[in-house]
Amino acid sequence: MRANVGEHLLRELSPQVLGAVVRRYGDFAAAEDAVQEALLVAATKWPDEGVPDNPRAWLIQVASRRMTDSLRAELSRRRREAAVVTENADDLVVPSLDSGQEPEQEDTLLLLFMCCHPALTRPSAIALTLRAVGGLTTAEIANAFLVPEATMAQRISRAKQLIKKSGVRFRMPADGELEESLGAVLHVLYLVFNEGYATSAGPSLHRVDLSSEAIRLSRAVHHLLPHDGECAGLLALMLLTDARRAARTGPDGELIPLDEQDRTAWDRDAIAEGVALISATLSKGQVGAYQLQAAIAAVHDEAARAEDTDWPQILALYGLLVRMSDNPMVRLSHAIAAAMVHGAAAGLGLLQALDADPRIAGHHRLAAVRAHLLEKTGEREAAIASYRLAANRTASLPERNYLMMKAALLAGGP
Amino acid sequence: MKFMLMMNAPRGTGDWGIYKWKPEEMKAHIEFMIRLNKDLRGEGTLAACEGLAPPGEARVVRAGKGTAPEVTDGPFAEAKEFLAGYWIVDVETPEQAYAIAARASAAPGPGGKPLNMPIEVRQVMSGPPPET
Repeated sequence: MRANVGEHLLRELSPQVLGAVVRRYGDFAAAEDAVQEALLVAATKWPDEGVPDNPRAWLIQVASRRMTDSLRAELSRRRREAAVVTENADDLVVPSLDSGQEPEQEDTLLLLFMCCHPALTRPSAIALTLRAVGGLTTAEIANAFLVPEATMAQRISRAKQLIKKSGVRFRMPADGELEESLGAVLHVLYLVFNEGYATSAGPSLHRVDLSSEAIRLSRAVHHLLPHDGECAGLLALMLLTDARRAARTGPDGELIPLDEQDRTAWDRDAIAEGVALISATLSKGQVGAYQLQAAIAAVHDEAARAEDTDWPQILALYGLLVRMSDNPMVRLSHAIAAAMVHGAAAGLGLLQALDADPRIAGHHRLAAVRAHLLEKTGEREAAIASYRLAANRTASLPERNYLMMKAALLAGGP
Repeated sequence: MKFMLMMNAPRGTGDWGIYKWKPEEMKAHIEFMIRLNKDLRGEGTLAACEGLAPPGEARVVRAGKGTAPEVTDGPFAEAKEFLAGYWIVDVETPEQAYAIAARASAAPGPGGKPLNMPIEVRQVMSGPPPET
């Protein structure tokens, strides 16, 4: 357990230090181990001896010393084994230590590109990002995902091996690759944010809050790339969604749908920040999917009451999104917006096309939306059947209870 | 010592019986379960607990002869009961596990009456014993 003294500072510095060490030595897996050791030394020494004047340089120096030690050990092992050794230990171990000139900002970004590399599975990329860039311990990450620590340690170590094997380089992606690399990073951060929602009803009170962590990291990327519209859009989307967190579940974790939430419990500061960010971004041109989703979230958040929601504007935004991406979930939301503007029957009509799409045909959300619309058009029996179908298919316990209850209320409620 | 407490429910037609209950009965049952889990956590005995998706969503998988797994859809006529959920409790004696199982068994059902559900109690095996 880290001491509170400097914990924030350590987490802030750890990706920069790791980036600098990887830049110098190349070996990501070994660098990661060395930085973890350096952080541990800092956590035990700093509370007594005080934080050094240049904590970043201090950490890089300690981590580099570990790297040097292990490189020398590795080299002499290879010499003993009479393998062909072309490298000289002193070439590998660059002695010049941090001069304060290094592009630490860029290092954090390069680290993200490496951790979110498409060669990795998404769960591995997520775990590695939280550890190497987020500065979380393996135990904290395991706890956040509700898996045993040994499982998470294995996932991280396999990811590091894969990086080594696939020869992913610690460098800025070429011009043509930058967009794809950044897209992968944003997608990983988006998944971390959503995972925070999926696990938020779980039992542990001491769990790292993944949604807040995703916001913190997105903020860092936005800071590094302030002119990237999609990065700003993603940060705004997270802020505007997370602003409703306190209102979206009841005291026992039960689900409260958007139109029934107590809007006075929404986080006004987060909404103000998200709205300002997305407004400034949208006016710059080059609109992307995260920006549109953020704009939709902003329209919801700006309505003081559910009935004040500007549904025609939301419908128009979903219309743009549908044209931009062939995503069935987007089409489903588009159908909901159409139902709010043109009536439930219009929405039901749009759902028919989705029945033929194997990516969503068996999904609980399609059944849940159909149930809501059938309830509105007065088709009681069909609505009950759809609510039960959706309840069977969802993997979320609070959502299952909510859908089950809706069916029961229609079937024989007061 | 750890015990797994397994709550079985009739297979039905692929969903859980609770789907056919009245809203207030359903509400009372859900609240009971949430409170029970909260209490067990507070007592320091709960190691894990999960609820499972209904039998209609279950699949049976075998290695088969090819390279792809052999997946069978339900309904599974041979099974009369399905695991609906489980608790793993960490207690001092088997009797404490039985007492917890009895509390879960008394969850309210239709008409608010205790369901008296059968709860299967099984000890969870541990690693190697300490060397002496």
